[in-house]
Amino acid sequence: MDQDLAQRVISVIAKTQHLDDAKITLDSRYEELGIDSLDGINILFALENEFDISIPDEAAKQIRSVRQTVEGVEKLLGNNSAAAG
Amino acid sequence: MRKVVVTGLGTISALGPDAASFWKGLCDGASGIGPLEGYSGQGTSVRVAAQVRQFDAAAHFEPKRLDLLDRFSQFGLVAAREAVGDAGLDRNGSWGSQAAVVLGAGMAGKSTEDEAYRLLYAQGQQRFSPFIVPRAMANAAASQVSMEFGITGPGLTISTACAASTHAIGLAFHLVRAGLAEVALAGGSEAPFCLGSLKGWEAVRVLAPDTCRPFSRDRKGMVLGEGAGVVVLEAEERARARGAPIHAEIAGFGMSSDAGHITQPSEEGAARALEAALRDASLPPDQIGYINAHGSGTTANDLTETRAIHRVFGPHAGALAVSSTKSMHGHALGATGALELIATVLALRGRLLPPTANFLGPGDGCDLDYVPNQARESVVDAALSSSFAFGGLNAVLCVRRV
Repeated sequence: MDQDLAQRVISVIAKTQHLDDAKITLDSRYEELGIDSLDGINILFALENEFDISIPDEAAKQIRSVRQTVEGVEKLLGNNSAAAG
Repeated sequence: MRKVVVTGLGTISALGPDAASFWKGLCDGASGIGPLEGYSGQGTSVRVAAQVRQFDAAAHFEPKRLDLLDRFSQFGLVAAREAVGDAGLDRNGSWGSQAAVVLGAGMAGKSTEDEAYRLLYAQGQQRFSPFIVPRAMANAAASQVSMEFGITGPGLTISTACAASTHAIGLAFHLVRAGLAEVALAGGSEAPFCLGSLKGWEAVRVLAPDTCRPFSRDRKGMVLGEGAGVVVLEAEERARARGAPIHAEIAGFGMSSDAGHITQPSEEGAARALEAALRDASLPPDQIGYINAHGSGTTANDLTETRAIHRVFGPHAGALAVSSTKSMHGHALGATGALELIATVLALRGRLLPPTANFLGPGDGCDLDYVPNQARESVVDAALSSSFAFGGLNAVLCVRRV
């Protein structure tokens, strides 16, 4: 896992949720962070802007933890660069 | 039928952040109308407005909650908190299970939409926050109030333009009177200032360039305002049993539709609503001492409303005091009826009638006692608060001193 990418994802989550970055780890689950389904969708919106990606609705429904979020973004970015390459 | 009383009041308006500053402004005949702020160089010809100035939303709401609150919901919550506190109800008490919330909104979350549309059409932005819909929806303020206080009974938003919060309070009154709720938070909130709305209002050519002078000569139209008014209505028996402060009784509520023109007011329609309120209160016209008029400051409304009052009150019209507090708090659309009902309640309780400010002398055909420019000490036992909306939907509340 790309640590810089993970940190960027954590920063986006922290910013949208008005939380300290330090309170969020890769192992944090959304539930523990007080992130409900609407908050989760808002995080996806912010991630799409941050990384200029498009997160499909189906993928969005699966994400419940920070680790899943980072992995999902990583995968989409991989697809993007593969397509670009 | 059981009686319904007002046990709590809350406002935020151009006159100030709470009911005390609102009432002080009304007593002083102070106008909250001033130069429109925040839109210079953006191509609107609207010059004056009754804006809520120096409002720090972050002082009232946690950042995460604020993300979900359009300004009209912020105002609604601020006024509801004050009203609940004034009524001496617990923030999270069991009363919520017996309570209703009915709030009016005209433009509602239009400024949230306006900003999204600007990003979409002007900047080509393709991704949008999922909060736009829950912020902008007309029922956002009512929903937020129900969530804040755990109100689990009936919840409604009424959108009848300039009459919305009068309809809201009237319907809440009927809910409590009929036993469908023991307590109701009722009123309305509005934050109509955004460029798109300003351009729309500008185009109707009803906005005054100087100030709002209801019933006056040289009146040039209405002045847009913003804010919120919320009252706590309660079954009288319940209020007395818990020793609540009782500000006034809501004695009646009347409604009518003009079924005429989409913008032109109707003397007959207004008269029918006034008569319906009196009938609902079982009061003869000569028992009314004061009317807080719709008095928007447009040529058409003020003349039509004056004629409607003559039609309903006959010779007693000459003995009535009639004032329009829109001259001070502006026309806050979906919030204005609630602000005016609160002004009426405070007038009965305080034995002081708020004036029609900015009055230069009577306009043509405006021949009632409009309490010009200075508040007047007067003991009034019963009063009306009228709202006649664009679209011809009319609502009148009758209030009795206790």
